[in-house]
Amino acid sequence: MSLGSEEIKKIANLARLQIEESDIPGYAKNLSNILDLVEQMDSVNTDEVTPMAHPLDAVQRLRADEVTEQDQREHFQQHAPKVEDGLYLVPKVIE
Amino acid sequence: MSLHTNTLKQLSTELKSKSVSSVELTRHFLDRIEKFDGDLNSFVTVTKDHALAQAKQADELIAKGKAGPLTGIPISQKDIFCTEGIKTSCGSKMLDNFISPYNATVVEKFNQAGAVMLGKLNMDEFAMGSSNETSFYGPVSNPWNTDCVPGGSSGGSAASVAARLTPASTGTDTGGSIRQPASLCGITGLKPTYGRVSRYGMIAFASSLDQAGPITQTAEDAALMLNAMAGFDAKDSTSVEKDVPDYTADLANNLKGLKIGLPKEYFGGGLDSDVGDVINAAVDQYKKLGAEVVDIELPNSGLSVPAYYVVAPAECSSNLSRFDGVRFGYRCEDPVDLEDLYKRSRSEGFGPEVKRRIMIGAYALSAGYYDAYYLKAQKVRHLISDDFKKAFEKVDVIMGPTSPNVAFNKGERSDDPIAMYLSDIYTIATNLAGLPGMSVPAGFANNMPVGLQIIGNYFGESRLLNVAHQFQMNTDWHTLMPDVFK
Repeated sequence: MSLGSEEIKKIANLARLQIEESDIPGYAKNLSNILDLVEQMDSVNTDEVTPMAHPLDAVQRLRADEVTEQDQREHFQQHAPKVEDGLYLVPKVIE
Repeated sequence: MSLHTNTLKQLSTELKSKSVSSVELTRHFLDRIEKFDGDLNSFVTVTKDHALAQAKQADELIAKGKAGPLTGIPISQKDIFCTEGIKTSCGSKMLDNFISPYNATVVEKFNQAGAVMLGKLNMDEFAMGSSNETSFYGPVSNPWNTDCVPGGSSGGSAASVAARLTPASTGTDTGGSIRQPASLCGITGLKPTYGRVSRYGMIAFASSLDQAGPITQTAEDAALMLNAMAGFDAKDSTSVEKDVPDYTADLANNLKGLKIGLPKEYFGGGLDSDVGDVINAAVDQYKKLGAEVVDIELPNSGLSVPAYYVVAPAECSSNLSRFDGVRFGYRCEDPVDLEDLYKRSRSEGFGPEVKRRIMIGAYALSAGYYDAYYLKAQKVRHLISDDFKKAFEKVDVIMGPTSPNVAFNKGERSDDPIAMYLSDIYTIATNLAGLPGMSVPAGFANNMPVGLQIIGNYFGESRLLNVAHQFQMNTDWHTLMPDVFK
């Protein structure tokens, strides 16, 4: 699989990453090589194989729907980049 | 004073007999870090005041006769474990300013055991790497040859124990990140069964593979560490509800009749012949101890690296979406809008290897590709796991090399991701199957340490530790340390 620069830009956008124009050829080469490695999986037929969801076949544990956590908003927000009145601030989304 | 060459077990005895205090011991190791870590760069943060306060408390417990096996013992934590009030960087610029508001369960358990934390250890960024060169804080050096890498991602954990700057450390292993650096640095490392140790507060890379474990001088010390670390935790939904045995209980058992499986796929063309010789000599040692050797096959093991580089990046792209510059961690300067905030914070905060893996994961999970990549990889994972199940019908443990070569030079593989990924060719299958594995010092090739990998059945940690301990009772590779750090 060989990825071109348009595909790199699309993937970067999906991952919310900004890749410098000058770095795109490097990413294209490395990601294409990784996909070549990954495609070695195609050497084995897996039509009859069930996908493995968990190494120990465990299922998601459930708990009673009870409040177990205390409000620690101020404690958690003390290291946030920008907060005001208990809210996280981001650039204006709605005019 | 050669306190630092003592094992954790010996230090525990000395503390209890009061021939040394925890404060003295802690100062000794802090002095060694100060003296030697400039060259090694194994610590991101040294928590001196915190350590001395914990040591003082430990001494009070010891004086009252309330000491457990780890009370007053200095250890160090990989910087992937959240530590309340202390910087937790995960080796990334993204978290360079992150002071964790809570403790990981592993950290909490060591606190309860009365252990002393010397500091936080350097690592590949977000545990993605096999050489510790992707760290925002610079590479760690291998104590046996400082031009070489220590392995990764738990490179700081391995180097600090190998140089005896800390009696023991914690690591995490997603594709070999405990065992491979333990092998390259000549020390003992254990990756437990998936779910044995809580992942709560351990910064997530690939959640279906990540597992924490100890890095120590000896298997006996690893047993003491695992006793403290293992156990069910309601805060980790994949933690296993299973009683924790005393991992030291079976150490002394003899190995007569032990069946060792040697997978032919682990002794093929990619293996350095000098490393192969060391492994064969170690297997011969086991035969002398009464073990039987059985040839086995793991026919799908060649697909483990390809499957891993779908599963791990896919899970990483999902896990690392939380780093968006909004709630914690790095935020770019003067974002023009929300999109710009996300994109620039992530692009400036993550290093190139992390970005590569996020992008591979995003691609593999994107519309139209899920079946070809993620679903296919999960099926291949089943085949790999079935290979092990079949093998364990015939044998008690599986042995082989931990890594195909000894430690390589810094820079040698950093421009070639594929070459780097193949460093973990013998360790990755264990993670995909969720099995426990160890690396034990077994000798030297080209003057650099070689690790013997021992893979056990699910929850077979006691057996693994027993098998490793008996080897160490009959060899002295694990006692060797580089002269310059003595």
